[in-house]
Formats: sequence, structure tokens, C-alpha cells
Amino acid sequence: MNWAETLHTSWAAVRSHSLRSLLTVLGILIGIAAVILTVGLGLGTQKDVSSQISSLGSNLLIVSPGSSTSTAGVRGGFGTGTTLTASDATALASSVNAPDIVGVAAEKNTSLALTANSTNWTTTVTGTTPSWLDVRSRTLLSGSFITDADQASAASVVVLGSETATELFGTTRVVGQTVSIDSRTFEVIGVLASAGSNSSSNLDDLAIVPQSTAASQLVGGTGSSSVSTIYIKAASDAQLSAAYQEAQAVLLNLHSISDSSSADFTISSQNALVSTATSIYQTLTVLLTGIAGLSLLVGGIGVMNIMLVSVTERTREIGLRKALGAPPWAIRRQFLVEAAILGLSGGLLGAVLGIGAAFLLPGVIGSSIVISPAAVGLSIGVAIAIGLVFGVYPATRAARLAPIDALRSE
Amino acid sequence: MADARERAQLSGRPAADLDEPVIQLLGARKVYKSGSIEFEALRGVDLEIRAGEYVAIMGPSGSGKSTLMNVLGCLDTLTHGSYRLAGNDVDELDEAELAEIRNQQIGFVFQQFNLLPSLEAWRNVELPLVYGRVPAHERRKRAERALERVGLESRFANKPGELSGGQQQRVAVARALVGEPTMILADEPTGNLDSVSTEDVLGLFDELHALGRTIVLITHELEVAQRARRIVRVRDGLIQDDDGADPGTSARGIEAAA
Ligand SMILES: Nc1ncnc2c1ncn2[C@@H]1O[C@H](COP(=O)(O)OP(=O)(O)OP(=O)(O)O)[C@@H](O)[C@H]1O
Ligand SMILES: [Mg+2]
Repeated sequence: MNWAETLHTSWAAVRSHSLRSLLTVLGILIGIAAVILTVGLGLGTQKDVSSQISSLGSNLLIVSPGSSTSTAGVRGGFGTGTTLTASDATALASSVNAPDIVGVAAEKNTSLALTANSTNWTTTVTGTTPSWLDVRSRTLLSGSFITDADQASAASVVVLGSETATELFGTTRVVGQTVSIDSRTFEVIGVLASAGSNSSSNLDDLAIVPQSTAASQLVGGTGSSSVSTIYIKAASDAQLSAAYQEAQAVLLNLHSISDSSSADFTISSQNALVSTATSIYQTLTVLLTGIAGLSLLVGGIGVMNIMLVSVTERTREIGLRKALGAPPWAIRRQFLVEAAILGLSGGLLGAVLGIGAAFLLPGVIGSSIVISPAAVGLSIGVAIAIGLVFGVYPATRAARLAPIDALRSE
Repeated sequence: MADARERAQLSGRPAADLDEPVIQLLGARKVYKSGSIEFEALRGVDLEIRAGEYVAIMGPSGSGKSTLMNVLGCLDTLTHGSYRLAGNDVDELDEAELAEIRNQQIGFVFQQFNLLPSLEAWRNVELPLVYGRVPAHERRKRAERALERVGLESRFANKPGELSGGQQQRVAVARALVGEPTMILADEPTGNLDSVSTEDVLGLFDELHALGRTIVLITHELEVAQRARRIVRVRDGLIQDDDGADPGTSARGIEAAA
């Protein structure tokens, strides 16, 4: 019996019990899917982190209102509240108080509808200062950025992200056009060059207006002087921690807080973002690796179990084949191939599940998953190997059956 | 019983030696153990069958006929005694070699047909060739010819479940003869068949005998046994009567002549 015939015979045996075979390979299926996701998540996190660093610049500090460390209820959680103001940003920009800080840009973000020629588009409208372009390491595709004069006069000018421009006008050549924001007319003076997106926001879909304009025209009332985020650019990577100390001292002083552990703001660096991403990744990896290991073990035992059942069911067939001249190795090979086919089916189905989950999961866990063909190929190989390893014992049992006992069995 | 030296000399002889019996059973004993209970199903059987003989083995139920047949077919091993098949000392062969002997020398026909239900008739017939490493296209041709010989060429692609009992047994006969074995062993091949189908199968055996095949057939029915040229009667694990035994060619006879 050659390989092709062995394959054909074994495939027919698996097919003749398709539901049973499917249930048997469930463990392997889940295990392989978990392996593919684990590897994909690792690669995805790496990609996220590097794109985030390249999109923000590595010598950047981010000040957010609220505290991420304190549990004392009054100040509110991280990223919420109105504890940061435009004057905090002005103080940080002072080269006397903070010599290691070379640039400061406060952002006041609001989601608003923009209208151009009856086309509507809702996006993040950011009120900020001219320093933003440098601090966020962005460049212009065309036109110019907001200036100190615009800031001083609260001019009705806007700089659009490239995607925002395309959504509104169908093109990025829009300098000189007008858009209306919150039923006020703004002139488009520039378009930002594309910077891609990181996992948390689309860097190309935004509209930038002078901070003064945002405060006076778009977000009135008590919230007008508060800002959403202050970005601080340190002179260099090496001066990042010095800049961090200075920023903290300045803000604690301004907010009249003596104990840094009760600060009403949070300063984070890219390193912090990286370590958050990494810790999410590590938790998921431990979880998925555990699932993968257990599933593969259980799956392997499942294969062994069903192969033992199969040998018992087909004892008479084995006896007959032996009587007709099948040597022990041919019987062993037939059952090993059958076990390998079970493993392979589990592996293939697991790969389908894993790849499917890789498309759906990022929306849920907020971290990208990158499918690596090598990992998929390798894990299918592992699935076959599991089938083989756990098939050895049943196959050997089948091969060792005495022909007459096998023939006589009922 | 021949001594060890003499047996060693015998085993050196070519299998095609016409003087030597195809089957040579000396002092064959078979003890079945189930738990602590032992049962001796063969209690010292001497039997020689020459190439081309047509032998029927008869005896009451439980007398050891099937046990004897399983030993002859290399499906089971003896507890004591020796068995030489076509010049080979069966005791000295391993599983793979026994498998090859069954494949090349023996065609089995069982009372229960023993066809694989999932395979078409011709797939069942080609099974011995599959393990005999015959190429696929040739196997199909030979399976077709074998089915033609048993008059079932029209049932080529039917599965066993779609055939009558008599037709199934004819498929089994086709499977037994497809590999051109020197010997056909049949354990009550007509036990499950009516008189017409019995006649079909026995007619096939007559043809095979005419072609020079050795046939050993177990049966309860005297009518069936009488188709054979020699009847061996077994009782309680011993040969009670053998109408074809030739004292001049028995093992003791060889020893005496030597
Ligand atoms: N595997 C076994 N274990 C224990 N005893 C066995 C076994 N096989 C057969 N026997 C016993 O050996 C004796 C001979 O059995 P065997 O099958 O050879 O009889 P038989 O002559 O073929 O009978 P029948 O005509 O009913 O088929 C019986 O008494 C049977 O009970
Ligand atoms: Mg019997």
C-alpha cells in the first residue's frame, strides 16, 4: 500500500465520522487559534508601539488632567476633568522655570460638525497654539499653519487634516476654501501632511484652529480656559526626565499642591505608553499561551482517545487486512496517518478561526494583531505533530493485534 | 518427530520441491488460556497435504477444525509441535514474514464472508494485491478478471451491502484467488449459503482444483465434503480418520526411509 492509498484510506475513515472527527479536533483547533493570536498580538503590539513612537516623537511628554494614581474621588479619573488650563501651558513654556523644555502645545479638543458646500463631516476640532506643529512633529502638505497673529486676533482660520479635507472637498487642494464650523465661517489656510494613525486616534482626521478662537467662538462658558492635553517637547531624549521633573514642579506650584502623590494631573511619556501596551500584551500572551498549551494537550488526548475507539471499532477490519497480508507497519502507518489527518484538520480549522479572530478582536481589545504566515504554517505543522505523537500508541496497538483475535472479535 | 538437525536441512530445500508436502504439521498442540482455565483444542495432530490436493476437514462442533485452519493459515501459532508451510518453518518467522506468506501463498474464504462494507466489490477483491505491492492499474485489471471468473463482473462497483449472501461469498472467493495463491483455505464457506449458492461456490472450488490449486475446506455437511478428494475427520482435537493419508509419505515414513 503506497502513501497515496494510505492517505486515501485514512481520509475516508476520518470522513466517515465527520462530526465525531470535528469534535475530536476541537481542542487542537482552539489551541492553534490561540497560538496564531498570541504570535499575531506580539507582532501587532510591536507595530503599534513603533508607529506610536514615530507618530509622536520620542522626546515627548504628555500632560493629562486628573490623576491615574490616586483613588481619592474628588479629582476624577485620568483624562477627565478641567484641571489643566491654557495658563499652565504658558508657564511650562517659560525657559526660566523649565530650561529643558523647548516646546509646549496645549490642545483643547471638541468634536464638532464641519460643513463645506453642503457636505457634513464630524471630526475633532483642536484649539491650539502655533507651537503645535513643531511639538507634534508634523508637517504641512500645503498652505501655512496658524500664526501668533491668528492667535492674538482669534482669527477664523482652520488647518485641516488630509483626510478631513478629502472627506469635505474630495481633494486636499483646499487652501483658500471656506468651511463652517458650528455655523461660523472659517478660512482653510493649510492642510497637514499625512501621519497615519495609531491605535487610539486617526492622526489625519482633525481640524486645527487658534486656541483663542476655539475658546471664544466654539467652546464658550466655564470650560473655555481648560485644555484637554498639554504636549511638552524636551530638548532631547536625554533631557526627558529633567523636563519631566521641571514640568511636575511648575504644575504642582501653579496648582498649589505640595504633595506630588495628590497631583491633579498626570504626566506620561512614550515610555509609559510603550509599557502600557507591553503589559496588555504580556497579560494576553500569558492567557493565550495557557489556553494554547492546555487546548493542545487536551486536543492530543482527544485524538488518542478517538483513535483508540477507532482501533476497537475496526478490530475486525484490522484482522481481515492482516489475514490478507498487511504487515504490522502498514497497519501502524494507516492509523498514524489517520491521526495526522485529524491533527491537520484541527490545525487548518484553528488557523481559519485564528485568522478570523485576528480581524475581529482588534476592535475589542484595542491592540492590532498581525498574522504571520510563518507562524500559521508552523502551528499547522505542530498540529500534525500532535496528531502523530498522540496517534503512536493507538496505531501501535492496532499493529500488534494478533490477526486471529482481531478477526474473531465482534 | 524429526530432530532439529534434520529439520534444519529440510528448511534449506527450495519451496517448489515437489516431493515435500505443502503442509506438514507434526505433533501440533494448541492450548487456549482464558484466565486460569486452559483448554487444549488440538492435542497432537499430524497432517500432511501435498500440492494440488483437495481436502475436506469434518468433525463435530468444538472439535478443533477452525483452530486447525487458523494454524494452517498462519493466523494463529501452535503451543507445541511444528508447522512447515511450503518449505518454511512457520515458528521461525516474524509477523511481517507471516503477513507476506499469507499474502503470497494463501487465499482465505470465511463463513462470515469478511468483506469490508465501505469498499466496492472490486476494491475488496484487490486488497491482497494492495499488500502485495502490485501497481494500481494492474490490480484493477486482475480484480476485474477475478470477478469475471466468479460470474460477478456486473457487480464490479457494488458495495457488499448491495449483494446477496451468495454473491458476497463469490466476491470473497474472487478475493481469495486474485493473488494466485498456491493454497485456498475455506472455513465453512457454504455455512451461510442456500443450496444454489453452495453449488456456485463448490463449482468454483472444483475449477480451482482442476487448475492445480491446493484446497482445504472445513464443513459440517457430508455432501459438501464429498466434493473433495480426501476427507479428514477431527474429533476432540485429534485426527480420528483420514481417508487419504498415505503411510509411505508421513513424517515417520520419511524418518524410516532415511
Ligand atoms: N480463543 C479461544 N479461547 C478459548 N477457547 C477457545 C478459543 N477458540 C476456540 N476455543 C475452544 O477450542 C475448541 C475448538 O474450537 P474450534 O473453533 O476450533 O471448533 P470448531 O471445530 O471449528 O467448531 P465449529 O464447528 O462449531 O466451528 C472449542 O471447544 C472452543 O471452545
Ligand atoms: Mg469453526
